[in-house]
Amino acid sequence: MDATALIAEDEPLLAAELEQALKVAWPELRVVARAEHGAAAVELALRTRPDVLFLDIRMPGLSGFEAAQAIAEDWPDDAGAPLIVFVTAYDQHALQAFEHAAVDYVLKPVDAARLARTVARLKTLLGERRGANGPSWEAALARWRELLASDALGGVQRAATPRLDVIQAASGNAIHLVPVREVVYFEAADKYVRVLTADAEHLIRLSLRELLPQLDPQRFWQIHRGTVVRSDAIARAERDEAGKVTLVLRGRPERLVVSRLHAHRFKPM
Amino acid sequence: MNPAPGALWRVLRHGVIIAGFSLMVALGLGLARGGEWLLQIVYAEAIGMSIWLSMELGRYLFRVDPETGWPSGWRSGALQVSAVVLGYVLGTAIGDLYCGCSSFDLWRHSPRSLASYLVLCIAVSLSISYFFLSRSKDQRRQREIATAQRDAAEARLKLLESQLEPHMLFNTLANLRALIGVDSVRAQAMLDQLIAFLRATLGASRVPFHALEAEFARVADYLALMQVRMGARLETRLELPPELASLPVPPFVLQPLVENAIKHGLEPHVGRGRIEVRAARDGDRVRLTVRDTGAGVVARDPNAPSEPDAASSRFGLAQVRTRLAAVYGAAASLELAPAGDAEGGSRAVVTLPA
Repeated sequence: MDATALIAEDEPLLAAELEQALKVAWPELRVVARAEHGAAAVELALRTRPDVLFLDIRMPGLSGFEAAQAIAEDWPDDAGAPLIVFVTAYDQHALQAFEHAAVDYVLKPVDAARLARTVARLKTLLGERRGANGPSWEAALARWRELLASDALGGVQRAATPRLDVIQAASGNAIHLVPVREVVYFEAADKYVRVLTADAEHLIRLSLRELLPQLDPQRFWQIHRGTVVRSDAIARAERDEAGKVTLVLRGRPERLVVSRLHAHRFKPM
Repeated sequence: MNPAPGALWRVLRHGVIIAGFSLMVALGLGLARGGEWLLQIVYAEAIGMSIWLSMELGRYLFRVDPETGWPSGWRSGALQVSAVVLGYVLGTAIGDLYCGCSSFDLWRHSPRSLASYLVLCIAVSLSISYFFLSRSKDQRRQREIATAQRDAAEARLKLLESQLEPHMLFNTLANLRALIGVDSVRAQAMLDQLIAFLRATLGASRVPFHALEAEFARVADYLALMQVRMGARLETRLELPPELASLPVPPFVLQPLVENAIKHGLEPHVGRGRIEVRAARDGDRVRLTVRDTGAGVVARDPNAPSEPDAASSRFGLAQVRTRLAAVYGAAASLELAPAGDAEGGSRAVVTLPA
């Protein structure tokens, strides 16, 4: 079965070895893109839209896990979900999570027999997807949500980090103290986070990834990899014909886009 | 305070031991006075058990030091004296009840004989107390030794784990395997470096000092391994002036800093980077510098929750600080700070007396 693939791996020898091993295990597979770091993997994946993505977990910039999340969110609706295979030398906790959520992974150094099994599985999945002639997003997303919720990838940190009550945002020579309960939503902006209340906007020097464990997950919902919204500030969620969900807020005029990874939150009771 | 099952066992064991002591006292007295065995046994056991119970109960009235099982300071003495007196009176009364006589009448016709019983009773109590006290001290000392041994073993294991981090090891082996296929000569060189690195890591913590040259050689092996892995992304520079080559330094004074710079500075950094390891004399001191052009100190704040290896990084730095303090006291220091120039990254500086 012919198919296309992307390999994201920061260590050049290992990238070459995986490509070589894939040539043997799956001769019809064409590697159409190679990325040396996470951000490049996202950019190349969205541009070339391969059938299979091999993502190293530890990469400079975005980790393979973060890259996969970004790809899953921004991947166009008309194309079927890509198959994602994680590559790692040794990440005990991540491996447990992958086993649990039935996500494919490859261990480094690549073992030919193990890779052959993975390839067989990928071919089956690709065949089903092409036969059904429709995107298999739901199954892929269900696996993703399970992975996102698993303790091994962030859940433990969330439990161990103390909650934030007041946000201290600098502006000029002043420090503004913003109670967390007044925040309508947080939005990631490069290495900063924008903090939006009903009547003001602040910037804090913290990444969303660092902020997230300090927020109460019951009160603050992540609706996109770059957006976290206070749940009782949401007035309503609207779904358009294409299935895209947007939120209308109390206290802010903006409409927020909900990514497909998080859209399942908004269902009637 | 509820005694745990372990504590209950201990109390019962004490009771049995005291019953044994009392029996021996009774047999001694019976021998000396020729007969009245049963009577002696009843008195001795009644007094022994009464004193023991008074002490055990008394211990629960006071706050007990969990280490020794006794109240602290004068309370311990007061408890023992009052328990002996109370137990003696109580035990004698029980004995009297058994024989139908009154030992306290002895006050009238033979106070000496009663006094001799009391002295005997105090002597036996003191020796039993001493027996238990030295036994518990002994056990405590053994516990302390066991704990110290466990701590030392744990520290060694942690050091070894931080040096031979599985992720690094498996990635290196994966690279080696890949290299065998494409360039067997380079693969052999890499294997030699890995062997040297492992040999040094596993053996070095056993010597108190080695030459700075040896520390640099180990760093060079580690960096060579990393260079195979990171390829063109990693540029390295090592500078060791010949006059400092034989300076004795504690092992692992530089390597954890270099590993830190790679793991938290250059590996997560997108694009190319450089690491410089330098030794320089500065008056009567020697300065060892590890500088990288990577992600920078802020990004690798060990307290940041996003840092997956924060614990191992903190451990590496703490290990270097501990070693320096143990060997040089306040005369040596380690500072980690942003490099503070256009290239960014961070700089770790170890200052040693020359």
